[in-house]
Amino acid sequence: MINRLVFENLKHRPVRTLLSALAVGVQVTMILTLVGISKGMLEDQAVRAKGVGADLSIRPPGSSAIGLSGNFDERILPFVLKQPHVVLATGVLIAPTGPITSITGVDFPTFASMSGRFRFVEGRPIEQPDEVIVDDYYAKEHQLHPGSTVKIFNREWKVCGVFEQGKVARIIIPLGILQKLTANTGKLSVIWVKLDDPARTNEVIAELRRAGLAEYQIWSMADLISQMSPNNIPVLKTFTAVVIGLGVVIGFLVVFLSMYTAVLERTREIGVLKALGATPAYIVGILLRETALLAVFGTIAGIILTFGSRWLIETLVPGSLTQAIVPDWWPIAGVIAMGGALLGAAYPGLKAARQDAIEALSYD
Amino acid sequence: MTEAPIISARGLRKVYRAGEVDVHALRGLDLDISRGEFVSIIGPSGSGKSTLFHILGGLTPPTSGSLTVAGYDLLKISEAERTRLRKTTVGFVFQKYNLLPTLTARDNILIARDIAGKPVELDADFNALLDLLGIRSRLAHKPRALSGGEQQRVAIARALVNHPAILLADEPTGNLDSENSTAVLALLGDLNRRLGQTILMITHNAEAAAYAHRIISMRDGRIVPND
Repeated sequence: MINRLVFENLKHRPVRTLLSALAVGVQVTMILTLVGISKGMLEDQAVRAKGVGADLSIRPPGSSAIGLSGNFDERILPFVLKQPHVVLATGVLIAPTGPITSITGVDFPTFASMSGRFRFVEGRPIEQPDEVIVDDYYAKEHQLHPGSTVKIFNREWKVCGVFEQGKVARIIIPLGILQKLTANTGKLSVIWVKLDDPARTNEVIAELRRAGLAEYQIWSMADLISQMSPNNIPVLKTFTAVVIGLGVVIGFLVVFLSMYTAVLERTREIGVLKALGATPAYIVGILLRETALLAVFGTIAGIILTFGSRWLIETLVPGSLTQAIVPDWWPIAGVIAMGGALLGAAYPGLKAARQDAIEALSYD
Repeated sequence: MTEAPIISARGLRKVYRAGEVDVHALRGLDLDISRGEFVSIIGPSGSGKSTLFHILGGLTPPTSGSLTVAGYDLLKISEAERTRLRKTTVGFVFQKYNLLPTLTARDNILIARDIAGKPVELDADFNALLDLLGIRSRLAHKPRALSGGEQQRVAIARALVNHPAILLADEPTGNLDSENSTAVLALLGDLNRRLGQTILMITHNAEAAAYAHRIISMRDGRIVPND
């Protein structure tokens, strides 16, 4: 019976119900979009790292597994190549071109030996110094084809080929050109290393550290990919926590206002329920059930909106952010939405429960 | 042996605060109502009849004196016990019907069952009562689709669904035209006769009051002799 009353109350004010659920939905979308982008970007990076075909990577001292910070002397490369069990090593330089985009300089002969040749969907490999190749994802999002031009570092580059994604980067030029262009001659960001036996990866890592690279960040591919998780990025964890906090505040405020107005509007009805013998718990129960239902509707709306936000990102800022759909976060976002909403309903619920029956019955 | 009155008040007083002024709404009222009686309380505005209604219904406690309603000592019971009194012992009928607008007539009646913790269904006896009230065919409608008379009859059904010892009716015909007023008052009389329902009706309308067995007049918070 109480459920019928709750449902009918929500139906009675469809616009308020819709707006409240939508606002809770926005809260859920905020959380799911942020987590989805974090995960999507890192998964994307992991796929491309796997595509290199290396067994381990060497990064500069003090760098992180996923960051772009820091370069080091490329003379380490021949040193690495001399180590036991190392059969191939190739260095790349990564330079940021925007807040979340970068260009990668690759030594094509050694890179191809390690990861296989680039498979071109359209066009051909680089032949001229002003040419660039892009992966099919970037090409699709920016509508690029062989012959198109892109502006990077205030320079026009001609796209000569579009390759299948999954190879280290989205935008690639020759290593030497990028080194010169960014005043990083003789510098590398990462060295990818291929071993004769991948089972010896940890042994080789230990040997490289003993041989003088103790300060460098040396990761096996398995460890590197496992590091590519939002949980391993403190700033992202903090940012996620801030967004969740904001979400809770939004949910709280929206539901607070919605339930507060509902309690005011239903003053007389609350008086009637009290006259019929309803206990404070019964009356609070009605409001809490309504709130819980709003949170459930809001969570569903939020999940659906997440698909919309992904479409918006792909449409408005193509080739930049990759948003994953994160079903494992749906219940978490739902619980957060429910928590904020129930918190918001607490005061109106208390107000309703404490309502004086006689005053409520004379309310017009 | 004479049966004890279902309502018994002695020296009943109620003082409430309005701003910085103490309002003496009831000033030492004595009252006995027997089980199965149909009593009208009549009086002008401000005579204290609504305050008496609220006190008898357990909506507010009296200030002093003594008052028992169906065995409840209303000066001593807690808020929770007053809630229980409203749930089990008294049924209210209001001037403005006070049906929940989002529920159908049937659900408006059933919610009283739900609040009382009873099975949410209407038994055969109650269906017969709905026939008597003439609303059985109107139960699927929401209040906005019912006439004033129908709404008041639904309110009466809701008040009676838990078989309360006392039916308290506050100006039950105040919002009705004369035809519907007559019908509702006749129904109350019928319920009293057929079911032995104790009814206490508050009204300022002498014609309506005349439907009761006994008329009690109030003025300035006291019971006064009838004119």
